[in-house]
Amino acid sequence: MSEILSKEESKKVLTKIEDDLYKPIKTYDDWSIAWLVLLLTIVAVGFYAWTHQLKVGLGVTALRDYVSWGMYIGNFVFFVAVSLIGMLISSVLQLLGYKWITPITRIAEQVAIAAVALAGLIIVMDMGRPDRVLNVLKNGRFASPILWDVTVITTYLAISVLLIFLPLIPDIAMMHKRLKGIPKWQENIYKVLSLNWVGSDEQYSLLKTAIRILLILIIPVALSIHTVTSWLFAATLRPGWDSTIFGPYFVTGAFVAGVAAVLIVMFAYQRRYKLHEYITDKHFDLVCKLLVLTSLVYLYFNINEFLVPAYKMRKLEGAHITELFKGKFAVLFYMVQIGGLILPIILLLFKKMRKPIPAFIIALVVLIAAWFKRFLIVVPTMMHPTLPIQNVPDNFHTYMPTGTEILVASFSWGAAILIITLLAKLFPVIPVWEIAEEKGVKREDLYE
Amino acid sequence: MENNNDNKTENSRRKFLRSFGLTIGIGALATGGSLYVANQIQKKKGKTVKVLTHDGQLAEVDSSQLSVMNPKEILESNQNRGFEGLKGHKWVMVIDLAKCRNARMCIAACQQAHHLRPEQYHINTLRMQDSKDTKPYFMPKPCYHCDNPPCTKVCPVNATWKRSDGIVLINNERCIGCRFCMAACPYSARVFNWFQPLEVEGDDERVYDVELNVPQKKGTITKCLFSADRLRQGKLPYCVSSCPNSVYWFGDKNEDTVTNGTTGETTRFSELIRENAGYTVHEELGTKPQVFYLPPKNRLFPFQFEGKTELEDNEHI
Repeated sequence: MSEILSKEESKKVLTKIEDDLYKPIKTYDDWSIAWLVLLLTIVAVGFYAWTHQLKVGLGVTALRDYVSWGMYIGNFVFFVAVSLIGMLISSVLQLLGYKWITPITRIAEQVAIAAVALAGLIIVMDMGRPDRVLNVLKNGRFASPILWDVTVITTYLAISVLLIFLPLIPDIAMMHKRLKGIPKWQENIYKVLSLNWVGSDEQYSLLKTAIRILLILIIPVALSIHTVTSWLFAATLRPGWDSTIFGPYFVTGAFVAGVAAVLIVMFAYQRRYKLHEYITDKHFDLVCKLLVLTSLVYLYFNINEFLVPAYKMRKLEGAHITELFKGKFAVLFYMVQIGGLILPIILLLFKKMRKPIPAFIIALVVLIAAWFKRFLIVVPTMMHPTLPIQNVPDNFHTYMPTGTEILVASFSWGAAILIITLLAKLFPVIPVWEIAEEKGVKREDLYE
Repeated sequence: MENNNDNKTENSRRKFLRSFGLTIGIGALATGGSLYVANQIQKKKGKTVKVLTHDGQLAEVDSSQLSVMNPKEILESNQNRGFEGLKGHKWVMVIDLAKCRNARMCIAACQQAHHLRPEQYHINTLRMQDSKDTKPYFMPKPCYHCDNPPCTKVCPVNATWKRSDGIVLINNERCIGCRFCMAACPYSARVFNWFQPLEVEGDDERVYDVELNVPQKKGTITKCLFSADRLRQGKLPYCVSSCPNSVYWFGDKNEDTVTNGTTGETTRFSELIRENAGYTVHEELGTKPQVFYLPPKNRLFPFQFEGKTELEDNEHI
């Protein structure tokens, strides 16, 4: 924290910060409209495709009796994975006392909320009878890992919403006081959500305690959501899933995907809302290093996951490994493992590659590879049941997602990005009060 | 002291309330009881009717004792019946691989009984070959009704369960279509209704029978049920009784007897398994299948098939 400024200086600094950080909320140019229309179209088309699936049956997808979990489940795992970043950045790094993380915490939480909310929806869209979704509560059996998943995912969503909302309260109070030129309904939202925040010492101490409790609470819950998600697979007897390291394998992979997603959103905010002063090259440099660290850990688990069964080549594991290493999934496999994991690690070791633009491109590649990685975790295993696949139509032997399936899956992408966009349009993407405090603005000046 | 006093007053209040409640309770019971008896007497004056009991005997009952069940009640009683299983039994199947020549009559009978599409198999005949040095053989594969079933464990809504008589059933009135059981079953015994099920006349009005899993429903699982409906009638399963080649033995482990579906011959289950080196598929998985195989030795028929065997299916090996 820099030294406390004089009253006049303090006001000046605050005005500058507010001008900069309220920009996303006030910006409504053609680009904003076009972006929103695009996202809404994707969501609408995806939803329509889903109603078609409801009418005809899950058979509109390429799923059949052998590959009975496919792209939807891979997509689900991907979204759960991405959501874990909220815990790593806003919780672990904050608790460890890293100050540089402040401007990124809210971005990480936005990504987390959007991803975990959609993960829940994707599962409903994958169900054969979504009309019976309440059976899970009515007839729930706690012996099933699905029940554990439902429990921890809803808990994680709840904590994440609180974790984005609580640190927002001072910001909302400030916006309620000083943000002018916005529609009436928006003013009303701020009025209600500011919860009579006046910035008293008592309120601050309560807020900080509450946030601290949540930051600690979210760690085991976040670890649980992805560990339990991995158990949906590891709890079966199928080669390729029947693995004892699936929990940490999934969790470490989740951090890779999540850091990449945060890098992308950071870049988008920095460029679009001209936040170069707040999201600096230093931030990109550090988050890229975080990506290298998480990727190295994930690489370690990948080596364990593939080398050990490949060494033994037990009958069915061997068939699975062969399919990945030199079968019909080989091209995708190497693109994901080399292009999405090893190459980024090497590239990001160079300082030049940790600048915003190259970092953004690398992050994009890593994120897409992370999505295909989940596809590779789900699909090939389903093609190697214990007993042969025989006497069934040809399309039971293969799996290539159909158009409808891709549209339904793209719903989740559109909706997740829409949630992030709406959050950015309603609330500052960077915590105003924390930045102001760091720059030496006095607390009492914030709410004048 | 004050406390003591308080206790006393409370005690007396409690006592009063208790006796008051008792009086009301007895009063209500007496009134209700007399009303009930009166009602019963009135009912008894009705006519008698003839009904068919579940074991096929004609009986005469007072019409007042009869209440016609509405479809919902039938559904509930069917499902409750299905939940419990047939008392004292423990069903077991033995498949003699030496006798199978892929006649596929079992498949046809099964698909017809359960209203399945041609690609939906509760039982499927696979072409197996254990190694290059061994000969291929046909292997009928129903659900193995495991004693340690991986599928029922993972169901989030209790829509599939193992009955006391060993049958793994499914309730398509409750199934949410998450397909976790399909992922969990290592034998691919479960089948999904990806589309609207096959249209069979009369299915519209038909009350769902959990022991037959008919009518099938879109978006839910279906699977081999060991023909639980037939067993309740004292008959052998559809597949077993339709086999022309004496492949199937079916029976009760508790009684240690199995009956051949083709010849009707009955023998000791334990002896049949012991003398012919019976085995279960993938025992190492610990699922404890209740369908046993007799090895394909001294085969009756040559292996004749145009398509690929397991080994040639390089997708698998």
